[in-house]
Amino acid sequence: MLTLAHFITLGAVLFCISVAGIFLNRKNVLILLMCIELMLLAVNMNFIAFARFLDVLDGQVFVFFILTVAAAEAAIGLALLVVLFRNRRSISVEDIADLKG
Amino acid sequence: MPIIEIIFYLFSTVLVLSALSVITVGNAIHAVLFLILSFFSAACIWILLQAEFLAITLVLVYVGAVMVLFLFVVMMLDINVTSAKEGFARYLPAGVLVSLAMAVQLFLVIWTRGMETVPMPAAEGEDYSHTSAIGELLYSEYLYAFEIAAVLLLVAIIAAISLTHRRRPETKYQDPSRQVRVKREERLRIIKMKSEGEEG
Repeated sequence: MLTLAHFITLGAVLFCISVAGIFLNRKNVLILLMCIELMLLAVNMNFIAFARFLDVLDGQVFVFFILTVAAAEAAIGLALLVVLFRNRRSISVEDIADLKG
Repeated sequence: MPIIEIIFYLFSTVLVLSALSVITVGNAIHAVLFLILSFFSAACIWILLQAEFLAITLVLVYVGAVMVLFLFVVMMLDINVTSAKEGFARYLPAGVLVSLAMAVQLFLVIWTRGMETVPMPAAEGEDYSHTSAIGELLYSEYLYAFEIAAVLLLVAIIAAISLTHRRRPETKYQDPSRQVRVKREERLRIIKMKSEGEEG
């Protein structure tokens, strides 16, 4: 029988995978942005599971707003990435160390 | 095993495997494609949870718009694929350790707090529409937040355009402030002269 714990566990697994992805991909800011999208997906999964099992719709409205913010974040993040690549010819996180003393 | 559980385990397996592929493939285009696959599987699981509107929104907005934007940027940038996997092995122990520790903590909380005893509520009747219920909630109780979200999207559009816009010197463009400030003397000159017809 499917219970609330199954869906929350799925969200937790997704979140841990994307945290590991942020550790692993130091060479590519694009994949870091994708990991952030995956994290938001995990959070949305939790919201929708709770909305279904507690039988309230407010969780789904929250997911709607999270999707809006995530779309805005992706657009601005990719714009910053394009500007970064135009100036530095590289999108490696390790090359962006100018503020390091 | 009932069909709903088979669907859940099938799609969550695909979701977890494609998420693992996103973080390990290294090639950005393959990562975007695996991310699309994971969004599709997540949308299927959301339909299982009776969030049809959000599932379709995820496919249309995310797969249709955001992921295509990602693909555009990946193909626009000339990324060196061979160097993308450098440092992968160096950070692997730390990443696996941190995420495994987080996973163990989350599982302990989830599976000891009685969440596994919460059963799925009965489905609504056939004439019930979650989409219209969300619409009513969104346009009444959350109207203010909805309008703020719209303004946020506008700000994001302006920010993205102004960040990536570059002015090339050879392109011709209008300067509205100069057009407004123009005086009569700059455009029109009145001279005195004899009319042409009287000469002959």
